[in-house]
Amino acid sequence: MAAPTDLRRRLFVTLAGFGALTAVACLTAPLIGSTSIHLSRVFDRTVPFADNVDAQVFFVARLPRVLAAALVGSAFAIAGVVFQAFLRNPLASPDTLGVSSGATLGAVIVITFHIDTALLGVSAVPVATFAGAAGALGIVYAMSIARRRGTSSTVLLLAGVALSAFLGALNRFIQVIGDFTDTFRSIRWMMGSLDVGSYTDLVVALVPMAAACAAISTLPRELDLVSIGAAAAESRGVDVRRAERIALISASLLTGSAVSLGGPIPFVGIIVPHLVRLIVGADHRLVLPAAALFGGAFLVICDVIARTAFGPAGMPVGAVTAFLGGPFFLWLLFRRAR
Amino acid sequence: MVSDTVATIEAFDLSFSYDRRARPGVSVVDRVSLSVARGAIVGLLGPNGSGKTTLLRLLSGTLTPDRGHVHLDGQAIAALSRRDLARRIAVVPQETHSAFDFSALEIVLMGRYPHLSAFELEGASDLAIARRAMADTGTATLEDRLFAALSGGEKQRVVIAGALAQASEVLLLDEPTASLDLGFQFEIAALLSRLNKERGTTMVVSTHDLNLAATLCTELVLLKDGRVIAQGATDTALTPAHIRELYGVIADVTIHPRAGHITVVPLGRAD
Repeated sequence: MAAPTDLRRRLFVTLAGFGALTAVACLTAPLIGSTSIHLSRVFDRTVPFADNVDAQVFFVARLPRVLAAALVGSAFAIAGVVFQAFLRNPLASPDTLGVSSGATLGAVIVITFHIDTALLGVSAVPVATFAGAAGALGIVYAMSIARRRGTSSTVLLLAGVALSAFLGALNRFIQVIGDFTDTFRSIRWMMGSLDVGSYTDLVVALVPMAAACAAISTLPRELDLVSIGAAAAESRGVDVRRAERIALISASLLTGSAVSLGGPIPFVGIIVPHLVRLIVGADHRLVLPAAALFGGAFLVICDVIARTAFGPAGMPVGAVTAFLGGPFFLWLLFRRAR
Repeated sequence: MVSDTVATIEAFDLSFSYDRRARPGVSVVDRVSLSVARGAIVGLLGPNGSGKTTLLRLLSGTLTPDRGHVHLDGQAIAALSRRDLARRIAVVPQETHSAFDFSALEIVLMGRYPHLSAFELEGASDLAIARRAMADTGTATLEDRLFAALSGGEKQRVVIAGALAQASEVLLLDEPTASLDLGFQFEIAALLSRLNKERGTTMVVSTHDLNLAATLCTELVLLKDGRVIAQGATDTALTPAHIRELYGVIADVTIHPRAGHITVVPLGRAD
């Protein structure tokens, strides 16, 4: 909230601070688990990789999952920031707008009806989650246009909640008509799991995420301006329709990719942007990079808790974020109501 | 109506309706032509729903007319990019809310948007312009305060400062005093009058406050049902007959001996 005279310095501090946090989280998290390993032995170049158990546990067994957590957390957080700016409401997020549910529906359809085997061995899940996210967002977008004729953003959020519930019911319906194995798979998946098989899965998700991030990174100032009103932004020279199109398509791409990689992990898109704004202020030139980095660190830490704090079976990471996020959401709601 | 001075904004035969299919033949703005001289303060008067806000949005180029066109210094605004337009016309909306914790200075600095390229950060000169705009609007002391926590009058002055930071020659204001108490109304009127004198800013101000219009505006445009029923110099346009036609109210219009300008005293409804 200080004067932005020193924006360059604040940007540097933000990147350095949150960057360090994320790096430490990503390096420390793979060390934690049932088999204890040491960082010094992981990077011991004198032992060949084939004989270095610590390195194998670190790079093969644990690091992919940690990186998946970082990517998914980052994607949900950025998508949350974008939705909040365009709806001018800090309670907007991929979850509350039904975008996550749309992506989930896409995945559940693909899993239940085995559509992924049909497409030349390429998994159809990322495509389906993006289509689902974009479809749900299309509905929300149509409502946000109606909003300019007087519907409040509270109404829009409630509509998102209704859409989520409706899509959730569709998910359950599809699970009921599917056979047991498929249903078990999709239920496991819906709980949110970051247990990715390989680095290939990460790359498949990373490509669309990087494209979306690149597109959004051209728009921080536009996000500042639309957050004080579409008409105000327009009169200040923002091409609101263009900015909106780029930002919302990118945000649904991020949500779709994140859901296809880790499942519909709730509340990350609300908790992270809000905490980040408390620290760096409202300027999106700081909020976006900070949310991207802190979102990664946040979900990595949540996943460590999910893996270790509840016995050897672990707990779905989505349950951990919901456990933290539910009360947080209520706190946010009542704090704002005052 | 204006012949001796150069016109800054000219509107020719503007028509606009929000939903032509649902209500065909009903235009919110209906064949409006007007001309705003450089350095003038033009008041836009009319009852609720008469099309004032829509007309302002057409003049600022944020709405595209169904028919007619708007010229800025003889150039069609439809041919200008949003950014170019924003460097020349700034808008102060009725009310501004911020969902996030921007400081007053940050809100004012957003006015520099059309002057900066995509990844350019505000430099020392932008900051100087923003600070000067805040000094001119008496908001310098509010710099680090949260915009959302300011009073209505403070917010409106900060938003005006943001519009000034845009460094445009034209300022369009939509009921700038509507939600303010008497003290703030005076303050905003004095501020606008001073900015007009000191900076030569051309202004179009929509308002329900006839006495504000009488003291502040050099010319008036009277709108009813989207149509212009009269326009011209304030003392010729602001007549009891016009007030009755606009609002259905009988009013006395006199030169107030102590105030030294036209005052309007509403006496009752015409019916």
